[in-house]
Amino acid sequence: MAISLKLNGQIHQVEAEAGTPLLWVIRDELKLTGTKFGCGVASCGACTVHLNGEPVRSCQTFIEDVEDAEITTIEQMEEDKIGVAVQQAWVELDVVQCGYCQSGQIMSAVGLLRENAKPTSDDVDDYMFGNACRCATYQRIRAAVLRASDILEA
Amino acid sequence: MTTDISRRGFLKAAGVTMLVIGIRPDGALAAGHGSAQLTPFVKIDANGVVTAVVKHFEMGQGPATGLTTLIAEELGLSMDAIEYEFAPSDPSKYNNLFFGPFQGTGGSTAMANSYMQYRQAGAAAREMLIDAAARTWGVEPTVLTLQDGVISGGGKSAPMVDFLSAAAEMDPPANPTLKDPKDFRLVGNPGVRRKDSAPKTNGTAKFAMDLHLENQMVAVIARTPRMGGTVASFDDSDAQSIKGFIRAAALPNKAGVVVYAENTWGALQARDALTVEWDFSAAESRSSDEFRAELIAAVNTDPEFNAMKSDQAATAALIDGADKVVDHTYYFPLLAHAPMEPLTCTIQATEDGGILLHDGAQQPTGPHMAMAQIFQLPMEKIRINTMLAGGSFGRRATPTADYQVEAALAFVITDRTRPVKLVWSREDDITGGYYRPAVAHRVRVGLDGDGNILGWDHRIASPSIIKGTPFASALVHDGVDHTSIEGVFGSPYIIPGQFLGLTDVAKATSVLWWRSVGHTHTAYVMETMMDAAAKAAGRDPVEFRLALLSGGGKDQDRLAGVLKLAADKGNWGKAVAGRSQGIAVHKSFNSYAAEVVEISGAAEEGIKIEKVTCAIDCGIAVNPDVIKAQMEGGIGYGIGHVMRDEITLTEGVVDQSNFPDYEPLRIRDIAAIEVHIVPSAEAPTGVGEPGTPPAAPALANAIAANGPRVTELPMNTHGVTFA
Repeated sequence: MAISLKLNGQIHQVEAEAGTPLLWVIRDELKLTGTKFGCGVASCGACTVHLNGEPVRSCQTFIEDVEDAEITTIEQMEEDKIGVAVQQAWVELDVVQCGYCQSGQIMSAVGLLRENAKPTSDDVDDYMFGNACRCATYQRIRAAVLRASDILEA
Repeated sequence: MTTDISRRGFLKAAGVTMLVIGIRPDGALAAGHGSAQLTPFVKIDANGVVTAVVKHFEMGQGPATGLTTLIAEELGLSMDAIEYEFAPSDPSKYNNLFFGPFQGTGGSTAMANSYMQYRQAGAAAREMLIDAAARTWGVEPTVLTLQDGVISGGGKSAPMVDFLSAAAEMDPPANPTLKDPKDFRLVGNPGVRRKDSAPKTNGTAKFAMDLHLENQMVAVIARTPRMGGTVASFDDSDAQSIKGFIRAAALPNKAGVVVYAENTWGALQARDALTVEWDFSAAESRSSDEFRAELIAAVNTDPEFNAMKSDQAATAALIDGADKVVDHTYYFPLLAHAPMEPLTCTIQATEDGGILLHDGAQQPTGPHMAMAQIFQLPMEKIRINTMLAGGSFGRRATPTADYQVEAALAFVITDRTRPVKLVWSREDDITGGYYRPAVAHRVRVGLDGDGNILGWDHRIASPSIIKGTPFASALVHDGVDHTSIEGVFGSPYIIPGQFLGLTDVAKATSVLWWRSVGHTHTAYVMETMMDAAAKAAGRDPVEFRLALLSGGGKDQDRLAGVLKLAADKGNWGKAVAGRSQGIAVHKSFNSYAAEVVEISGAAEEGIKIEKVTCAIDCGIAVNPDVIKAQMEGGIGYGIGHVMRDEITLTEGVVDQSNFPDYEPLRIRDIAAIEVHIVPSAEAPTGVGEPGTPPAAPALANAIAANGPRVTELPMNTHGVTFA
């Protein structure tokens, strides 16, 4: 089926079968590879994107369900006030190791701060629970979300 | 590449001046314009762009920052003024100095084997540029300094790029003068930031999974569900209707059926639509309970190897005559590595009749040799483009080059006009073998009336990781695979009456090193036995260990040093009310790490890991913040798996399939980690792995302080609930 996607502020016409995960349209058709494939079953969060501003797992979001939605990926975060603060905090604290999960971590962190500008450590742990990092950078992820909150408040 | 073009001619023809400093195949430092006979570690172009050529791949452990730091330090550059790139595959030039003629990353050696090599390359570049300036200006080189790309002194000052051409004409110094460590600005500076943070934060970093070559096909493979199974036949008629499906074919070695498609989703769906008949006549059909029983039986009979060549009967007699005996049997399950980026690589034919492999290549020499064999090409016709790797933990370093060979087999049976990108799914990864082997230990420790150790009888049963691989000559001695016993063998503890027996047990699956290799189980056993013995002796676990380290040499002192530092910083013996503590210390990869774990709650109702305090002595700490990060990650990796992960088999088929049943450590599992680095002037040693071994036994000891002694893993199926 032909689908019109509104992604990162642009309209894209793509051809994909119903049931195709948004993840694979983003990665293989639109060639935006910042969004990662980690598990395919919404269990690791590496594929997190925003759908109308809310984080979703793109590996379990199907193409036919997003035609009218605003989709945002990591590549667009430099245009987002919260995204910029989160990326700044991530770099300040050198959160990344292998880095493969970090796009998803950042997309979730932006979602959290959009909902809750002043989260506690426990809030971060609860919200970010579904984003796995096999390098176990969690300590710095937690600190960076809190740091981003401070940056935004300043 | 021909080298008879004159350097001057080359520079003119190229229109740019470039100074490349490296080491010639004969080991001497060499300078030139980058012709094929050189091994460049440092490149400087006419615009003053300095590039460190990094011979170790980046899986998050930090060599892109670390080796670059060494070059920048010696050249007097800030970290912002230097770029990095990964070296091509060429073991004659970029070999790991600890691995012989083999290029690769592993065993926490990247910094240890590169530290002097990269400093020398940077120092040679500095000396040549300064010498060139000195000649031009007619001054003594000793009056000149190079800092931030500017050479100055003797009343003169000019950018270093002004002297690139002159420097490129010079013979490099045989023994360049290295910077005095007291003048270091970058090495040891906790403010140095990672070179790869920004691209890994904005989505621009390219991992092997992110490669899209024009006209590529995506390949996924239906593999045998049981090790040793082969394809008998397959039917792809249901796959024909899948959008993007191209075709399916049995791999030449019958290990699976490869599905080619226009894109990843099409390939995954088409594979689901295949029907494959397997020949299991030579396949594994046992269940994990059976090999668990076999391993435990093996540690309860006379061992195959006497690894320390000590007197088994004498140890037994000492223990039989002891006042108290502590006796525990341990079982460690199979574990998957599960790096965040599933395995992948891409192969394409090149215009010169060669092969180009794009890979997060941990040990390029392995796949390089495999490609040469499969494609029947000379080594120089194979090139490897090393890309970022999304974790490894050992998985990308199989001695068989397993996934690269799969990709080659998938490519070799095509007409080779289209690049083939092999993609593993998470299910492929979890079920696909190459696990940390299942291992059993039994240890009996005899104590005298004062709580001193009289004898220590230690038996290990494990499948050998190393036997049958090219690494056997280096790591198997007198039949003993030293990766099965490392951490007991070679422990700095001075233990009287020690016996160490090893029995090799046949493999039920492919097995592989897993972050910290043998130390994953030996540290757990040594350190929980120390804790249990201290308890039985009525002695403090720290004091009990220090007594076994006193009167030794530097090895004992360094282990004792981290133990005392972790105890001090972790408030050992002064836990927050309602909490319990455990401690463990272990030497691995020539580094010394101690960790205190503090928990709240109880095993029955649910425990919470409140804090881990780590002390690490890894020699000179080149990038302190990277080292801290590696300790944090190593601790998380060690703890996450013992909490709740195992791979089990039912009649030869793996029971787990993806993260929901091989649950990763999550953010709320560890509330805080604090890392302290011991100041040191010793040569740098490992950091990628040494944080892992003490973490699990420190947790187990914290649980045992007020609950059960866990001797079989994972903990959550053996009496421990986590909050």
